[in-house]
Amino acid sequence: MTVPDTTQVPDRISAPALEMRGITKTYPGVVANDGIDLDVKPGEIHALLGENGAGKTTLMNILYGLAKPDAGQILLDGKAVEISGPSDAIERGISMVHQHFMLVPVLTVADNVLLGREVMRGRIFLDQAEARQRIRELGERFHFELDPDQKVGELSVGWQQRVEILKALYRDARILVLDEPTAVLTPQETVEIFGVLRRLAAEGHSIVFISHKLYEVLAIADRITVIRRGKVVGSRIPSQTSEDDLAELMVGREVQLTVDRGESHPGEVMLQVADLRIPNDRGRQVVESVSFEVRRGEVLGVAGVAGNGQDELVEAIVGLRQPTGGTIVLDGEDVTRDGPRALHEKDVSFVPADRHRFGLVLSFPIADNIILTDYYAEPYSRGIVRDEAAILARAEEAIAQFDVRTPSATVGAGTLSGGNQQKLIVAREFDRDLKLLVLDQPTRGLDVGSIEFIHKQVISKRDAGTAVLLISAELDEILELSDRIAVMYRGRIVDVVDGRTANKEAIGLLMATGGRSEAPAETGATAR
Amino acid sequence: MSTDDQPMSTIDRLLSRSLRGQLAVTGGAIILALVVGAVLMILTSPIITGSLDPWLWAEAYLALVQGALLSSNGLIDTFVRATPYILAGLSVGLGFKAGLFNIGAQGQFLMGALGSVAAGIALADAPSIIAIPLALLAGVAAGAAYGFIPGWLKAFTGAHEVVVTIMLNYVAFQIVSWAVSEPLRARGATFARTTSVGEAGIPVLAGTTGHELHAGVLIALAAVPIVWWILYRSTIGFEIRTVGANPDAARYAGMRPRMIIVLTMTAAGLLAGLAGAVEILGVQDYLPASYATSVGFDAITVALLGRANPWGILFGGLLLGALRAGAPLMQIKAGVPVQMIDILQGVILFFLAADLIVRWVFRLRETRGGSVDELKTVTSSYGGSTATRG
Amino acid sequence: MDVLFDIPVAGLFFQLVDYLIVVLTTNGAIILALAAPIALGSYCGLMNERSGVVNIGIEGMMIAAAFAGWFAASLVVQAFPEQPKADFAFGATPALLIGLLAAVVTGMAVSAIHAWLSITVRADQIISGTIINIVALGVTGYLIIIISSSAPPSAGKFTTFVPPQWLTDLPLVGWIFDMFLNQGPITMSVLLLAVVLQVLLFRSRWGLRTRAVGEHPRAAETVGVDVIRLRYRNVILGGIFAGLAGAWFTLDFGTNFQSGMTGGRGFIALAALIFGRWTPLGSFGAALLFAAAGSLSIAIRTVPPTGQLGEILTAIPDQFWSALPYLVTIIVLAGVVGRSVAPAAVGKPYERESAS
Repeated sequence: MTVPDTTQVPDRISAPALEMRGITKTYPGVVANDGIDLDVKPGEIHALLGENGAGKTTLMNILYGLAKPDAGQILLDGKAVEISGPSDAIERGISMVHQHFMLVPVLTVADNVLLGREVMRGRIFLDQAEARQRIRELGERFHFELDPDQKVGELSVGWQQRVEILKALYRDARILVLDEPTAVLTPQETVEIFGVLRRLAAEGHSIVFISHKLYEVLAIADRITVIRRGKVVGSRIPSQTSEDDLAELMVGREVQLTVDRGESHPGEVMLQVADLRIPNDRGRQVVESVSFEVRRGEVLGVAGVAGNGQDELVEAIVGLRQPTGGTIVLDGEDVTRDGPRALHEKDVSFVPADRHRFGLVLSFPIADNIILTDYYAEPYSRGIVRDEAAILARAEEAIAQFDVRTPSATVGAGTLSGGNQQKLIVAREFDRDLKLLVLDQPTRGLDVGSIEFIHKQVISKRDAGTAVLLISAELDEILELSDRIAVMYRGRIVDVVDGRTANKEAIGLLMATGGRSEAPAETGATAR
Repeated sequence: MSTDDQPMSTIDRLLSRSLRGQLAVTGGAIILALVVGAVLMILTSPIITGSLDPWLWAEAYLALVQGALLSSNGLIDTFVRATPYILAGLSVGLGFKAGLFNIGAQGQFLMGALGSVAAGIALADAPSIIAIPLALLAGVAAGAAYGFIPGWLKAFTGAHEVVVTIMLNYVAFQIVSWAVSEPLRARGATFARTTSVGEAGIPVLAGTTGHELHAGVLIALAAVPIVWWILYRSTIGFEIRTVGANPDAARYAGMRPRMIIVLTMTAAGLLAGLAGAVEILGVQDYLPASYATSVGFDAITVALLGRANPWGILFGGLLLGALRAGAPLMQIKAGVPVQMIDILQGVILFFLAADLIVRWVFRLRETRGGSVDELKTVTSSYGGSTATRG
Repeated sequence: MDVLFDIPVAGLFFQLVDYLIVVLTTNGAIILALAAPIALGSYCGLMNERSGVVNIGIEGMMIAAAFAGWFAASLVVQAFPEQPKADFAFGATPALLIGLLAAVVTGMAVSAIHAWLSITVRADQIISGTIINIVALGVTGYLIIIISSSAPPSAGKFTTFVPPQWLTDLPLVGWIFDMFLNQGPITMSVLLLAVVLQVLLFRSRWGLRTRAVGEHPRAAETVGVDVIRLRYRNVILGGIFAGLAGAWFTLDFGTNFQSGMTGGRGFIALAALIFGRWTPLGSFGAALLFAAAGSLSIAIRTVPPTGQLGEILTAIPDQFWSALPYLVTIIVLAGVVGRSVAPAAVGKPYERESAS
């Protein structure tokens, strides 16, 4: 991918399309934006780079009218404006594609695109035929064919994103803001979306691209603004900077971008999964005949776009979901029907993707969360009596050992930051000899410091002889930590490769196509 | 907060911090409700006393206090009336802790009454020492069974306990009506009722005719620390609270939310059934065909007043018991119908829910403990829950 | 036919079906009338839940409206005992019309309280509904005792429309005309309202925005739909149906107010809504089902079944028939909930400004 030459971006219009001056916004206890200046030229792709929690999303929410700044100005085409809310922003030509899609799954593509700007027949009724027509026309103009009557919930994630972009285009957006758009895309889909963005920029639309992915930002942006802890810390042009430079700006210090995982010394097979078939909540088979094995002392990384059955696979392995076929064998023992507690007692640990759902009880004190999987046994419980003192002692020990930042062990787990919550879970799950460690998106939404910490912990567990199963949608994380890499596509494992020789593009291709020689020409109508 | 070298119970720490805030809101809600009641009394005073009487409320409240607290009879009445509220309140509160809304306390109460009366009649001539425990047991079992049904339905079909238990309340009323009119009927009685339970009646500890302090009061008072201990010091209590706070995490912790839901609803039914049994064996002595009771709603009020905490429920139960004990005197002296207590109760609940009114009026700060935390689980399982898996 | 009936065990089933058909065709009008409050209650529930607000206080709204309607009409009759009557329009008198208006306004006012508690205060919605039930039952119970002592006059009720004889005498379909036309005004409007709501919900802009808000309010907000205002409007408009349901009790079907007279219909309405998959026509159908179950107790007495079936059915105690609608509700809920999916955002309080 070539880096665009910035001298080609026309500079002839004196006023930038968008200018944000001195934007400041505080929430109780935190300064989200501190005097931020940003300007975007027409036809420019401008990247906003920063860690999770740096303030990028707040800034864009202010632009979109979802929040009001405490101080500062917004100028469109040189004129100061007050944006009162999303409909006002839309009127002014600002459209946002959110990180978590703002789509209603049970409604159709047409309904979703037109919501808020419906095509009417009279004052009350919708003109559904005209609506369909307009969707088709718009899709043709930008080369993605979407079936207006398809329910959005049935589309793949990549296609859902196109619906989001279509929403913006339908509203004649001149400034398009995309919040972490590639978080859920395969490398191939990312390339396609970048193509769409470049076409839009060439037509004069301005694009603000929020991301924390350094290589992508370097690939697509004309200019990059880096935000750290609510302040702008630097502005760069891709040809004049590097990943290391950007990382240092983002974090404020030299960052070790990859952990040196060293040599692995795999031992005997610990986990053997054969011909596993697993249904999702609606009864549909989302995992079909999956087989793989993980050895002691190695990390098997499972790469795949979210929604290809990974969550269900992981839940089955840790006992939260029953497979309809196949076997799971742990250290020679058949554990297919075992529940979470039985597996816990067989030295299996789990770091869930949704830590607020499976990992923690937010309203309970930290101490109760630390012993959440051990509460029923000695020393925390004798018969039906709980031993509060023993629980508290263990909690304080864990907090110290894993450096969880909290005033005490008795405050609610909900008061911790995301990174500290994850450390809490790690303190619980890592702190014993394990046969098998299962991690699902372990560093999602965390700051770089926490990510480093957890990656180091994973490697040390591996070196201590644990078999590690790592599921992640972040291909970089998989490449960094895995000794072997499996690719999951539509409920099957399509290949397993050696981590040392793995090629990012090849894996990305597998994630997107499942290994068929031709990528199927997917239209929205046939996408899953 | 402060770090002691002496380990303090986790729950004690939590309570002391937000307790003050919660107590203030509860107190404020009660005061505001009394004000609203006063206004309503003034507005309806023309009908009650014949002319507008701006001081009707003072007479009424004074009579209330007098009737409830200022005489030994009154005090006895307060405790006697509080007894079913405390037990039924514990029933509802226990449900809340597991993320369940047991509106069915009314039906479970009736079934407990029915069970105990049926056994009591059968054992009416047996020695008390056998008759009383067995009759109580029968009531408790009936209540527990009636709590088991919605529990099982929720856990295994996802049917939300709110509508199911309300339906069961109506069904229970019909069952009692039939049982009293047919098999258990007392021949020759002036109104439709069962025969007396005789020796199965709970003994009276003190008091005069009409104001008898029966031993059932002790049962209610003993239940409070027992339920508290179970919830906060026992392993099963931890499981119940976890299921109420986050059913998915409970599954990951190796708990079985389905079993906990069934167990909790059964236990809740047991407590409400015990309330019914105690009322029949201790106060009524027989069961009339149309047993008019508002115990179901009262139990909800008490549980919310007490924020689902057993000690809070004790306080709430005594408060409501006092209000109802003093109400007859209020009706006699001031002419205000006893239904005013129903209104006060509803208004207290309103202010507990709309706590920002209370905070605004009394200039209180926002504290962390709102209403009952577990209510989120109650409402989020309304459309069917995916957490009842395993 | 009798041959079928005489088969030992299966014969009972045929007798039952035959009896049910007889009940339906002779009691069709009563069944529809009994279904009216349930259906109207479920339309109220629909307006709430499709927008994402749980409303279990429909019972309280209904009883408050029933009382208000009766009381307002009674006041008018006390002030103006001689009431002009419009025989062509269901025997409407000013008293009855004012009563109807009062009932509807009360339904909307109580809904406004629920809206405020649920949307602005963000109190737990099930508690809010419960409180409304407790307060409404308590206040109406209190007021009726006080007022009864002065023996207030009743304003009567709307008269039922009498369909032409030749229409109801038609073979095979005559009973349908009788069922839908031999009714008071409120009952007659129920099916029409179902159709109108169904069309609006799925083909109008209001319907689309409502459904979006009930499923994913944040998504609707980001395209400029005012979630808070929409929810307030829908909840309060839903109160109109609760008001009509309440008016049915004291102005259409009956004439006097009794404490607790709604008898749980507000909750059965919720079950009808769930059974009807949150659609107006579905809820209407479910309401008919529940009403039919409730009418069996009347039917057994007025059109007694004969033969073997008759012996069995009449031996069953009255209380069972009275309990039947509630039992049917439980069975329906147990069988249907998992498969009938509620609007995704129902019950979750909505916060306007996103925090980061």
